[in-house]
Amino acid sequence: MDEEYDVIVLGTGLKECILSGLLSVDGLKVLHMDRNDYYGGESTSLSLVQLWKRFRSNDKPPELLGSSREYNVDMIPKFMMANGTLVRVLIRTGVTKYLNFKAVDGSFVYNNGKIYKVPATDVEALKSTLMGLFEKRRARKFFIYVQDYEDDDPKSHEGLDLNKVTTRDVISKYGLEDNTVDFIGHALALHRDDSYLDEPAIYTVKRMKLYAESLARFQGGSPYIYPLYGLGELPQGFARLSAVYGGTYMLNKPECKVEFDTDGKAYGVTSEGETAKCKKVVCDPSYLPDKVKKVGRVARAICIMSHPIPNTNDSHSVQIILPQKQLGRRSDMYVFCCSYAHNVAPKGKYIAFVSTEAETDHPETELKPGIDLLGPVDETFFDIYDRYEPANHDEQDNCFISTSYDATTHFESTVQDVISMYKKITGKELDLSVDLSAASAAGEDA
Amino acid sequence: MATIGNNSINAKLVLLGDMGTGKSSLVLRFVKGQFLEFQESTIGAAFFSQTLAVSDATVKLEIWDTAGQERYHSLAPMYYRGAAAAIIVYDISRMESFERAKKWVQELQKQGNPSMVTSLVGNKCDLEDKREVLTEASEARTYAEDNGLFFMETSAKTAINVNDIFYEIARRLPRAQPAQQPAGMVIADRPAEISRASTCCS
Repeated sequence: MDEEYDVIVLGTGLKECILSGLLSVDGLKVLHMDRNDYYGGESTSLSLVQLWKRFRSNDKPPELLGSSREYNVDMIPKFMMANGTLVRVLIRTGVTKYLNFKAVDGSFVYNNGKIYKVPATDVEALKSTLMGLFEKRRARKFFIYVQDYEDDDPKSHEGLDLNKVTTRDVISKYGLEDNTVDFIGHALALHRDDSYLDEPAIYTVKRMKLYAESLARFQGGSPYIYPLYGLGELPQGFARLSAVYGGTYMLNKPECKVEFDTDGKAYGVTSEGETAKCKKVVCDPSYLPDKVKKVGRVARAICIMSHPIPNTNDSHSVQIILPQKQLGRRSDMYVFCCSYAHNVAPKGKYIAFVSTEAETDHPETELKPGIDLLGPVDETFFDIYDRYEPANHDEQDNCFISTSYDATTHFESTVQDVISMYKKITGKELDLSVDLSAASAAGEDA
Repeated sequence: MATIGNNSINAKLVLLGDMGTGKSSLVLRFVKGQFLEFQESTIGAAFFSQTLAVSDATVKLEIWDTAGQERYHSLAPMYYRGAAAAIIVYDISRMESFERAKKWVQELQKQGNPSMVTSLVGNKCDLEDKREVLTEASEARTYAEDNGLFFMETSAKTAINVNDIFYEIARRLPRAQPAQQPAGMVIADRPAEISRASTCCS
């Protein structure tokens, strides 16, 4: 370890592992360390025994729940958009070959106390019970406009410059009701709050198209896919990529203290009395607590169940979005459920997560609307964790710190952070041009 | 996990063993027929596939190399996941590497699936004058027998027994697998190649 590296990466969370992989592929000499003896940091997946150790301070989960090893409980539960940026990164780097995926069964939205399948196309809009007869037709027209919209084809713009016109104005042109706007903005365009209404409509239209194209890709009931054995496989896959390109891996390294010279620039990392030198340090917020600021908190419940979530057509994997307005909150609530069908629990078991940006100190009360959708549960764990953002200037200290994972149920914001960090570290844009139309799923029944 | 098509089997094979025992050299010798005297530590490619014809089946081995992650004991659980076969390699000229191979066997028993086909390989058997690990008597072979492993000595340099281990593994892979959990889909940017490997026309 007493060598000089281009970059030392601390923490093996998903963001750090993707960066480590990309930098190694670029030919940089990378040392990657973690204080834990497992991969994944905050974005790991835990066995039942690990889960009990973390939340119940003992290692004796009830035998009724089955084998500990068959559980892979995500600490940061998220789904991947089938056409999203994470899939692009996976294909671009070839990490897909280490992983197996399955489509997610369903995507639902909460409306006036009930849940509905999210209609994403003109055909689905007409079938949905979410809207009345006349509203369906209006929504259908709007969906057709979005589907046909192409940046470089002015005819498809119908006289609207979506880079200037706000989402609110476009929606009022189609005369959509508030409830419809709510599900379009939060369950299709996946906005986290209502600020999108006053932003240029192009952002919302692009997000709706991503949703619809992702949905069409694998003919599943949702636009999402999810890896078998849980999300903890993702950081491991990227770590392998990094190692294949010469990256050095060390787990279970205590301390990992970043060393600074008299100008305040990081020049190395010390662990167990040895200092490895480097030009740059990349890490998650926990390795440089003095250089980050708290920007929020995530409240969540982790529930183990023996049945699918009611009213989801017995989906073995599902997402439910509860838009803020429906709950009288400032931020959306998300329900995420996975099961033995994705090898994250033993046969017959389901794992559900309810999460939101915390607005109070009482996750039990705050998360109730989401938990009430689940029906009876075998075990529930409540948790609140802080979210941090870097507060340093990387040009002054050579430290590149990732932002904590947010409560959203997909990876778009995660990968955006990685892309911008990559640019800061290397000074170049990440090339994510892949031919998604040539990419396809194979071996569904292999 | 080994999966079955029409007499065709796909199986993941993992290599284990300490740094410098010649894991990558064995794979290179087998897959490409090459040997480099000063093979660098594994860089760039750690994923090979090779199709073997044995008497009753075609076996496609997906061979995973450690990519150097064994050096500081940082192999990820993903590495062992779904492996149908494993080769544990030591260097006959270094007793220490044999002692470490026993640790890898234990690790495999902890992480891997119990029906895995496992072989113990004493590599560099061309270095007879520097031998530290005895073949017979109380050492390698006995240890392998006691632990249900099949044993061979090889030389990636001279090619002795290299193909034999891989063919022996292909022969020993279970032909009838109990119904596995669904394997899910692989997302590929070259759809044709993947589908050829995993579909059949039954």
